[in-house]
Amino acid sequence: MTRHFFTIALLCIAALLTGCASQKSYDYSAIRESKPRSIVVLPPLNLSPDVRATYSMMATVTRPLAELGYYVFPVALVDQTFRENGLAEPGEMHNASPAKIAEIFGADAILYIKVEEYGAAYRVISSDVIVSATAELIDARTGRSLWSGRAKASNSENRDSSGNGIVGILVSALIQQVANNIGDPGYQVARQTSYRLFSAGLLPGPRSPNYEKLIGQ
Amino acid sequence: MKKLFKLAALCAGLLLTACSTGTHGLYQWGSYEDQVYAMYNSAAKTSPQEQLAKLEADGEKARAGNRTPPPGYYAHLGYLYFETGNPERAVASFQNEKTLFPESRSYMDRLISRFKK
Repeated sequence: MTRHFFTIALLCIAALLTGCASQKSYDYSAIRESKPRSIVVLPPLNLSPDVRATYSMMATVTRPLAELGYYVFPVALVDQTFRENGLAEPGEMHNASPAKIAEIFGADAILYIKVEEYGAAYRVISSDVIVSATAELIDARTGRSLWSGRAKASNSENRDSSGNGIVGILVSALIQQVANNIGDPGYQVARQTSYRLFSAGLLPGPRSPNYEKLIGQ
Repeated sequence: MKKLFKLAALCAGLLLTACSTGTHGLYQWGSYEDQVYAMYNSAAKTSPQEQLAKLEADGEKARAGNRTPPPGYYAHLGYLYFETGNPERAVASFQNEKTLFPESRSYMDRLISRFKK
């Protein structure tokens, strides 16, 4: 009885210790020193052939960043402000000087995102919708790199393809190709990519209840 | 044996809560992200009036539940007010963003002076 008790207690402690640890082995000294409170997210640069990638990705990044405790400038308004200043393409916006961007928005940090893959990759057995992206956070005053990361997600991660044999797999692949053509499944996958990119990699910001604890170390 | 179950249940509960900031996070998100998406991508494209109606409903819901709308919500709402010919409400909405999130002060002041003309 007591032995079981201890085994479960030990398992529980081990699970708790390993379950939340994903922030090891990254050097956070630059971001700890800079302590950014607010982030302006530039419209992502699209390296994929799907034109929807930029604004689909842009719509999904506010949530994980804000829930981490950062103030995130209104992404659509930021895009409009750039356009009014004569910069209509994400490529041009990414080339603008950080000092100028900092001055216009009063932001502590600037986030540059590149969408590398977006949308369906058609194959015989399955047609996965994949979204992968890289991100770099820059100190708006000094231009110094504070953090960078990359993430990838796919809609096949949770799919169950077991037990139907080859015909079943082919039929479900066909159904899925059709489903992927309706609307923009990349948007849902992009949410997952954004969540992974920031929630698992970036330190919490000042509005997080965990901020003092993590930044103080 | 009962004790054992209690411990296992406690453990499961801890694991579920330990890695998240609780089930509902810092903000009441509503459809803010979807309205941003709808502004740009044609399959989901809706009119500014429709986007505004959805966001206003989100705001009501947040107030009723005593929750905070996300960063950018009031600013985006203000932009839609402006687009639909209501500059006074646009300015009031930018003020709300500034009050709720002082980090936005300098950008909101810039927008207010631009939209007031």
